[in-house]
Amino acid sequence: MPIIVAEHLSKSYRAAAKEPGMLGTLRHFVRRRYRLIEAVRDVSFSIEPGEIVGFLGPNGAGKTTALKMLSGLIHPTAGRCEVAGHTPFARDSAFLRSITLVMGQKQQLIWDLPVLDSLRINAAVYDIPEAEARRRVDELAAMLGLTTQLTQPVRKLSLGERMKAELMAALLHRPSILFLDEPTLGLDVNAQASVREFLLSYNQRHGATILLTSHYKADITALCRREMLIDKGTLIYDGDLAAMIERLAPCREVRLDLRRAYAAEELAPFGEVRTIEGRAAHLLVRREDLTRVLPRILSDLDVEDLTVGDPPVEQIIGQVFNGQASANADVQTPTPGAAQGAAT
Amino acid sequence: MTRIITRLSRTRRIASTLLSVWYAYMLEYRAEIFLWAMVGLLPLILMGLWMQAAASGATAFSPGDFARYFFAVFLARQFTAVWVIYDFEYDVVDGRLSPYLLQPIDPVWRYMAGHAAERLTRLPLLVGFSLAFFWLFPEARWLPAVGDVLLCALALALAFLLRFAIQYSVAMLAFWIERVSEIEKFWFLLFFFFSGTIAPLDLYPPAVRDAAMYTPFPYFAYFPAQLLTGRPAPIALGFVVMLGWLAFFFVVNRVLWRRGLKQHSGMGA
Repeated sequence: MPIIVAEHLSKSYRAAAKEPGMLGTLRHFVRRRYRLIEAVRDVSFSIEPGEIVGFLGPNGAGKTTALKMLSGLIHPTAGRCEVAGHTPFARDSAFLRSITLVMGQKQQLIWDLPVLDSLRINAAVYDIPEAEARRRVDELAAMLGLTTQLTQPVRKLSLGERMKAELMAALLHRPSILFLDEPTLGLDVNAQASVREFLLSYNQRHGATILLTSHYKADITALCRREMLIDKGTLIYDGDLAAMIERLAPCREVRLDLRRAYAAEELAPFGEVRTIEGRAAHLLVRREDLTRVLPRILSDLDVEDLTVGDPPVEQIIGQVFNGQASANADVQTPTPGAAQGAAT
Repeated sequence: MTRIITRLSRTRRIASTLLSVWYAYMLEYRAEIFLWAMVGLLPLILMGLWMQAAASGATAFSPGDFARYFFAVFLARQFTAVWVIYDFEYDVVDGRLSPYLLQPIDPVWRYMAGHAAERLTRLPLLVGFSLAFFWLFPEARWLPAVGDVLLCALALALAFLLRFAIQYSVAMLAFWIERVSEIEKFWFLLFFFFSGTIAPLDLYPPAVRDAAMYTPFPYFAYFPAQLLTGRPAPIALGFVVMLGWLAFFFVVNRVLWRRGLKQHSGMGA
């Protein structure tokens, strides 16, 4: 039985529209104009207990708005959602005790006091007995690799330490549903990896359900077996992202740092030349040709460095939107041009 | 019965934890609190002017009466200072309200704990100021009756709650407009005139004074000052008016809170 259900969920709101310049300011003062922003449009999905699902999409796609509706922070304009048997916006105590929402840029920790003080408040608010709270703090601190930092004022912590401390505060009451909005935003590679490991281990230990948004595909591929792609407020894919990339992106990106500048004609035999900037070149090579082409690149060109990766997620989303995924039953092909406004 | 005891014990734990954590927070800002308390010295400056006037026999108050009155006004303002509108506006505009809304406790208790903790931090400063005041103005020394002190303490507690309820209700408008703290500046205009901060209301025309007693303003300065200094005050009317306004703003606040939450878009969150 699903633990999270969204049915035809939509959210739109008015935002003031002002043109730049003095004239625009005066017009705005005299006659305020608004435009309707459709942040989430008719989104439906369900999530089973214990699943880790990635919510992927570009800026302004509607990911954060959807998470805010599911966590009860904002009221849907249309449709309904149910989380752990509760209507989120009613914000009843049992619902609030079963969820958490972590927003990468926003903090619940008290800036000028040590982390432990904020944790004390959370323990009291969530009615966790003091001995149990201490045990949980120790457990979370060990999992996240935080020790002496807990007695330092939050403002003295590094960004990565602060994010980990935020996670501690958000998980002290041991919620069974985690809504995570960009939990690794701005962190260095090591901190990103340790937050991912922690989330995976929390999911395994407590059977928690996690819905995660991220710009970083690495977050999604490391944690989620299921991904939802959202763009301009519309859900355009729900399923296994790796399989989709395999199918939709027949080429891989080869980025070359060369010891001398090459002309496009010299690089063309190896793949489709996308860009050349000085001694850096960017090629697209078909997946099936990759093992044959790479040794040739290394032997025929003066290569300093070479990396192979997938095309940006935005490009894949563009392909989905253009209807290139018609073969897959999971893909909902939207009406072209249907989505206009969006907001995070 | 067991449920009530459990609930009470949870409330006690939350209250004591919030209070002790916010007390620690306020101690981080002790220098700012000292300066803020100094700003509250305005009544003592006005006291100097009125004592001069009293010395020339222009009013029915003696210099000692004025000194005691303005000292009591100073104390009353220290105990009824409220700034929740600034905190709430910042939290709404900056998106910091969102994490508070996700916890099973009304955010008002955090703001309330902040104010209570600040009061505790301010207390030693007040003792220091008071001693210095009576050393500088020996003519103001007096020993208030125990009954007057208790009545004044009750009036101050109610006045603080009323001030908090009014300001927190106006703060709710932050759900619709972004700079609600500007409204607070307009409030100060009326506050200074009708609260008795610039002069005891006894010196106003009787009609103005009588009408003012039905507004909330005199209860933040004039009314508690009269009680503490043992001067005549409409005690029963005062407490009834305060409770009436408190009930009114409590209802207004809860209605605005519920509507505001629906309006709330989690700005910036």
